[in-house]
Amino acid sequence: MDAYAILWSDLMMLKRRWSRYLLTTLISPILYLMAFGLGLGRGISINGTTYLEFVVPGIIALTAMTSSFNGAGLRLNTDRIYFKSFDECLMAPISLLSLLLGKAMIGVVRGLVSSAAFLAVAMLMVPMLQVTPFFMISLLLTCLTFAFLGVLAALLARTHDDMATFSSLILLPMTFLGATFFSVNQVPSQLKIVLYALPLTHSSTCLRAAALNQPFPYPSFVLLIFFLLLFSAGSLVALRRISI
Amino acid sequence: MPYMVEISGLTKEYSGIRVVDGLDLQVAAGELFGFLGPNGAGKTTTIRILTTLTKPSSGQAFINGYNVVAEAQRVKSEFGIVQQHISLNRDLTVRENLELHARLHHLPPAERKKRIDYLLEYVDMTEWGSQTIDQISGGMKRKVMIARALIHRPKLLFLDEPTVGLDAQTRRRVWDLIRMMNSEGATIFLTTHYIEEAEALCRRVGIVHHGRLISLGAPVQLRRKLGLITVETEDNGRTHYSYFPDRDAASEFVHRLNSSEKVVMRESNLEDVFVELTGQKVQED
Repeated sequence: MDAYAILWSDLMMLKRRWSRYLLTTLISPILYLMAFGLGLGRGISINGTTYLEFVVPGIIALTAMTSSFNGAGLRLNTDRIYFKSFDECLMAPISLLSLLLGKAMIGVVRGLVSSAAFLAVAMLMVPMLQVTPFFMISLLLTCLTFAFLGVLAALLARTHDDMATFSSLILLPMTFLGATFFSVNQVPSQLKIVLYALPLTHSSTCLRAAALNQPFPYPSFVLLIFFLLLFSAGSLVALRRISI
Repeated sequence: MPYMVEISGLTKEYSGIRVVDGLDLQVAAGELFGFLGPNGAGKTTTIRILTTLTKPSSGQAFINGYNVVAEAQRVKSEFGIVQQHISLNRDLTVRENLELHARLHHLPPAERKKRIDYLLEYVDMTEWGSQTIDQISGGMKRKVMIARALIHRPKLLFLDEPTVGLDAQTRRRVWDLIRMMNSEGATIFLTTHYIEEAEALCRRVGIVHHGRLISLGAPVQLRRKLGLITVETEDNGRTHYSYFPDRDAASEFVHRLNSSEKVVMRESNLEDVFVELTGQKVQED
C-alpha cells in the first residue's frame, strides 16, 4: 500500500503527460527499427527468421531496459540530489522496502508502457510476433530488473554526473552488446562469456524466444531472476546506508 | 515538564570534523523555540538527526519521548517539517502534493479530502489547488509546504528557514501561520537567519556555535545579559558597539565621547546578542 503511494504520484504525472511521454519514449526504438530492421538488416535472415522479426524483440528488451532504468533511476537521482524531495519519503513512516518497491515500480510502469507502445507499432510490420505468457513474464522481469538497477545507481550516485557516467559505462555497452541486434551464437566463445554477464542478453534471449515461438531459454530466465535479486538486494543495502 | 525535543550529548562527526559537538537541549511541549547559529554551526545537521535523516555519531535525541534512532518509524509520525529548500514535487498539483503526503502518512481516503480542503483554506490556497507547483509563486510554495507538513496533525513542527526568499508581506502571513499553529498546540522548532523573525516569534532561543549550544533563554533575558541599550560609534568607517544595562549608563558613556564621533543610541536586539556571542552576522546554514 505504501509502495503504491509512491507509485501513485508518478501515475498522476504520467496521466497528465502521457502523449508527450509516449512520443519521446518511442523515438529511439523506432529509429533503431528503421536503421537496423528496415535498413541494415533487409535481406538478412537468422536461423530461418527475417532480421526484422529477429531484431524487434531485442529492441523491445532494449526499450524496457532504458525506460525502466531511466524511469526509476533518473527521477530518483534528481529527487534525491537536486530537488531533495526524496528526503520527504525518507521522513515518512513507511518501511524502506515499501519505499524501494515504490520507486522501482515507477520504472516498471514506464518500462511496460514504453515496451507495449513500441510493440504495438512493431506489430504493424511484424504481425507474426507472439505475445505469450512467457513473453509477458519476461518483459515484466526485464522491467523489474532494470528498474532496480536504476534505483541502485541512483542511490549510489553522489552527483548527476555519476548517473551519466553509469549510463555511459554500463547501459550504452549493454545496448549494443546485449544480444539486441545479433545472436549470441554468432560471436566467438570468449566473448560469449562477457555477453552472458550482461542482464540485457538474457532479456533479449527470453523475449526473442517467446515472441518467435522458439524453445524457451530457462537458464537465461533464471539468470534474469538472479540479476533482479542482486540489484534489489543491492538497492536495499544502499538505502539502508543512507537512512537511519 | 514533558519535553517534545530532548537532546543529550549529541555529536555528529564527518571525516573527523565535529559538526555537532555534545549538544544538550530540551524544548517543552507547546513551545515556540528558535534555534539560531551562524553558517556551519550545526543547525541543519541537528535538524537532520532529529528528523531521522542522519544518524548521530554519539549521544541521544528523543522526540516526544521516542528515540530518533531506535524508534525512527514512530518518530516519523510525530513531526512535520518545512525544509529550507522547496522539496515539493514540481510535476504534481498543489492538491496532489498534499494527497501524496497524506497517503504516505496513512490518512484514510475519506479523511484525506477533508484534511486537504481544510489546510488549503488554512494557508489561503484553495483556489490554487489544481495548479502545478511550477505555476505558483515562491511564497505560495512555502505555504503549500506548511500545509503539507501539517497534514498528519504532527505534534512537533520543524521550520528550517521558513521565510527565506519571501517578500515582507508573505513573510508576515507565514509568521501569522506559525503563531496560529503554535496557539493550536503544535510545538515549533524554528531555525532562521532573520534575527527579527526569531525575536518576533520565539519565546525562547538557543544559539549554537561550532556545534555547541552557547546561549539559551528568552530573547529579553539574553538582551539583558548583554545590556539593554546599545551605543554605536563610528571610527574610520568601522562601527563599534558598546552595551549598557540602561539609558543612564549609556548616556554617561556618550557624554564622555569625542563630540565629532557619530553616535547612535538604541535598544539592543537579539542580533547584537548573536553577533557578540558568535563574532559574526547570521547567515544561512
